[in-house]
Amino acid sequence: MIAFLIKLAKNIFSVFLNILPILVVVTSFQLFVIKQPFPDLAATISGMFFVFVGLFLFIQGLEIGLFPLGEKMAFQFSVKANIWWLLIFGFTIGFSTTIAEPALIAVAKKAGEIAAEANAIQHTSESIANYAFGLRITVAFSVGFAISVGVFRIVKGWSIQWFIIIGYICVSIITAFAPDEIVGIAYDSGGVTTSTITVPLVAALGVGLASSIRGRSPIIDGFGLIAFASLTPMFFVMLYGLIIY
Amino acid sequence: MELFYHSAKVLLGTLKDVSPIIGVILFFQLVVIRKKIDHPGRLIYGFCLVVIGLAIFMIGLEEGLFPLGEAMSRQLTNFYFLAKGNAAILEEIDTTGSVYPLLYFWTYIFGFCIGFSTTIAEPALIAVALKAKEVSTGAISPWGLRLAVALGVAIGISLGCYRIVTGSPLHWYIVAGYLVVVCLTFFAPKMIIPLAYDSGGVTTSTVTVPLVAALGIGLASNVPGRSVIVDAFGLIAFASLFPIISVLVYGIISERIVNRSRRKSLRKA
Repeated sequence: MIAFLIKLAKNIFSVFLNILPILVVVTSFQLFVIKQPFPDLAATISGMFFVFVGLFLFIQGLEIGLFPLGEKMAFQFSVKANIWWLLIFGFTIGFSTTIAEPALIAVAKKAGEIAAEANAIQHTSESIANYAFGLRITVAFSVGFAISVGVFRIVKGWSIQWFIIIGYICVSIITAFAPDEIVGIAYDSGGVTTSTITVPLVAALGVGLASSIRGRSPIIDGFGLIAFASLTPMFFVMLYGLIIY
Repeated sequence: MELFYHSAKVLLGTLKDVSPIIGVILFFQLVVIRKKIDHPGRLIYGFCLVVIGLAIFMIGLEEGLFPLGEAMSRQLTNFYFLAKGNAAILEEIDTTGSVYPLLYFWTYIFGFCIGFSTTIAEPALIAVALKAKEVSTGAISPWGLRLAVALGVAIGISLGCYRIVTGSPLHWYIVAGYLVVVCLTFFAPKMIIPLAYDSGGVTTSTVTVPLVAALGIGLASNVPGRSVIVDAFGLIAFASLFPIISVLVYGIISERIVNRSRRKSLRKA
């Protein structure tokens, strides 16, 4: 019971730590730099309260239900399973966690609205939703792909920098062909994808793999999956842009 | 009634968003591993919390975080605020229809502060920093790493704001950043490289990303001459690229320091 309460307090504190800096910076700018009353203060405060409560419940739920099982499975798989199941597992974990990633849902919707306002797609709620969903599917596919490649790299023990450099070259080349409207969101999608759900599960998979294979060091081989997952979405989202525009 | 309908819709949407994870876990647990799930009750309870929490968070995002970012960028780009009561500047903005980029310096400072403060407090980064210290047997200090990442994010967002204001093409900055990363990789100690590459993706949290995205969208729609569809995005890309550079630099510098002190102690002996 006490352990549970400590955990609860820790989660509340960590969500608070996410929001506090924003509140401090915004408040001090409002008071000392802008020196004007904040527009729609009440609505924003209640909205931030929703953010706080929602994120807390979300993280609490992940830690109670999904993470223990997911991490255990990731570990079991990395120790026992054959390479094909491992690759499939990596792909599906990457794909499914990305679909549920809150920041990506929000940013994809915003991107859809902006594309509609600029008349790049039709201005109906249906076509906005389709565009946003297409974006999310593309990103989820790329993260799944990235995790499989990353798992393969850890198993083989190849060094990470060559993959990253080749990835950079591919991204740079496709940028030259991609329509201007997609480049910004494509670059952003790399950083957006990997947050609350994806990082813990993927890190468990990476560290589990690296520590179960002889001659792999958890720090050199265990890290690096996230780096792949933030690189591939850029490439595939630009590809998506090439197709739909 | 309206609110109830809206919440129900959001709830249904999040249910759809989370269900693939459940599908994957059940499939692998029951079909591939072929073992019973240890605590099915806890899994269902946790799943319910995730769905409800995500729904509340999404509502809060629409009502709180996005409006906050947009309000800040609207206020910081207001012509009267920029001119600070200086009639000559206001008139110049009126006649030329454009604003001198350096007048937006408070925006850059705001971006810097948001990036630095949210990153230094980020729980995921604290965890990674501690783990890195453990695995590197103390060679990577947690505070040094956190400071390096936070500075990288802060500089990234601030420079990203400058880019939106000037409207220069995003890909030049990114490609140039890649070149710097590739060059630094050859000089950096091997241990820090994967950590540096990862730090780009880890740092931008679920709360920071929507706020920063809203800031970018607000800037692009309020600065005269910018188009929302071309210029609005890119801040998060900057915030994920610059920490890679700053962590690599941190690795190179701290290796130099360690080597120098080692040489000194050798000479003494």
